[in-house]
Amino acid sequence: MAGNRRRVVVTGIGAVTPLGVGVKATWEALLQGRSGVGEITLYDHSKHSVHIAGEVKNWDASQHMDKREAKHFDRFTQFAVCAAAEAIADSKLDLSKEDARRIGVVIGTGIGGITTIEEQKERLMERGPDRVTPFLIPMLMGNAASAHVSIQHKLKGPNFCVVTACAAGAQSVGEALRVIQRGEADAMVCGGSEAAITPLGMAGFANMKALSKHNEEPQKASRPFDLNRDGFVMGEGAGVIVIEELDRALKRDAKIYCELVGYGQSGDGHHITAPCADGDGGIRAMTAALHDAGLRPEDVDYINAHGTSTPYNDKIETLAIKQVFGAHARKLAVNSTKSMTGHTLGAAGGVEAVVSVLAVTEDKIHPTINLEHPDPECDLDYVKEGSRDLRVRAALSNSLGFGGHNATLAFAKLKL
Amino acid sequence: MASEEIQKKVCDIVCKQLEVDAAKVSLETKFAEDLGADSLDQAELVMEIEDEFDINIAEDAEGKIKTVGDLVTYIDAQLKSK
Repeated sequence: MAGNRRRVVVTGIGAVTPLGVGVKATWEALLQGRSGVGEITLYDHSKHSVHIAGEVKNWDASQHMDKREAKHFDRFTQFAVCAAAEAIADSKLDLSKEDARRIGVVIGTGIGGITTIEEQKERLMERGPDRVTPFLIPMLMGNAASAHVSIQHKLKGPNFCVVTACAAGAQSVGEALRVIQRGEADAMVCGGSEAAITPLGMAGFANMKALSKHNEEPQKASRPFDLNRDGFVMGEGAGVIVIEELDRALKRDAKIYCELVGYGQSGDGHHITAPCADGDGGIRAMTAALHDAGLRPEDVDYINAHGTSTPYNDKIETLAIKQVFGAHARKLAVNSTKSMTGHTLGAAGGVEAVVSVLAVTEDKIHPTINLEHPDPECDLDYVKEGSRDLRVRAALSNSLGFGGHNATLAFAKLKL
Repeated sequence: MASEEIQKKVCDIVCKQLEVDAAKVSLETKFAEDLGADSLDQAELVMEIEDEFDINIAEDAEGKIKTVGDLVTYIDAQLKSK
């Protein structure tokens, strides 16, 4: 950790998840251990092998943004615009008075506008090429969410999009941190967004054997670290945070949640979907984040795990945590937000950044639900009994993506 | 088709596509200046109009159609020459 590096704090949070629209609804449900998974309503799933997902229920974009604009935003962009508006409002940044050139946006996604692609492919087949919407490209492109958040708030700082599957949200936050540390901006709106509960998306993931087929009991299907886990449950949503340079946050008397103290990343260089059996990628991401943050393993009290509920991830992530933390691994509280939201892919790192920020700020850890039959190879404290009050000095949030992209964020209570 | 009928259908499509109140749309209404329709909005509008009236709007004509009235006149002429 460089001694003279710019420090960065979190001053705003926003979320759209299967547990509700807004941080409050999401956090309340998480603390209560409520699942957001249910039968799919977005399309006719009768011919599919998977009938369940964590959908954002009763979503009406026009309640959160201009109706005409919403029509030309893919669902993943709608979620991002909504979560970003909440985070910016929460930060109380007065954008009319700020230098917009010093505030940027990084919103990641795993897949982009797949809903739009499918709708327009049908239109192409039924009505011909001359009837494909001229909005197709600007709606489907992965950077659309980041672009529209900047357009909505007239933010003119660095603006890009990270597309690294399930690590996209976390890497977006981490890269936004670096933008501020390099002095290219003073505040960033960052996180991830995803909406891939579509016939094509679900068929693709199902045929990889990645998804849970616990169709009969949707709320029990996502069961990270449980012996009977059989894959992840698809989720959707967005998680966005506002981060800014410490001195300016103090100067404007902002409400500071906590400090974003570190970011570590690594690549597996191994396989397009399978993680390394020895957990090497996750180990190096966590180790790099601790080093970047100047934290010793024993300074960390909580890890928001990637915890997808796939047989491999949960076992290998557990192994990686034990390698990094040694004896201290047993003293950590480790949980999986995905046990309730499902796996929101590129949004997950953003949503789980919001959750980690709240854990550090409120000293509360939500449970991992459905952990009924512990897997002997998953033998850490996963907070399975219910939410817990715990003093959290520092927290890590892990995101490990298809492609072998690994990212860990480190948050800590602000010490002046 | 009577000109009034064309006008009504055009207004309905414009209101639906651009999410505006019917009260805001008259023959004098300009697509770009009054309704904020950008080039993509206008391209999408052309598709709906072509389908509704079963006509082709020539690309060189698109640039000359600035108001709702221009569009109604164009459609009227196309339908009459059929």
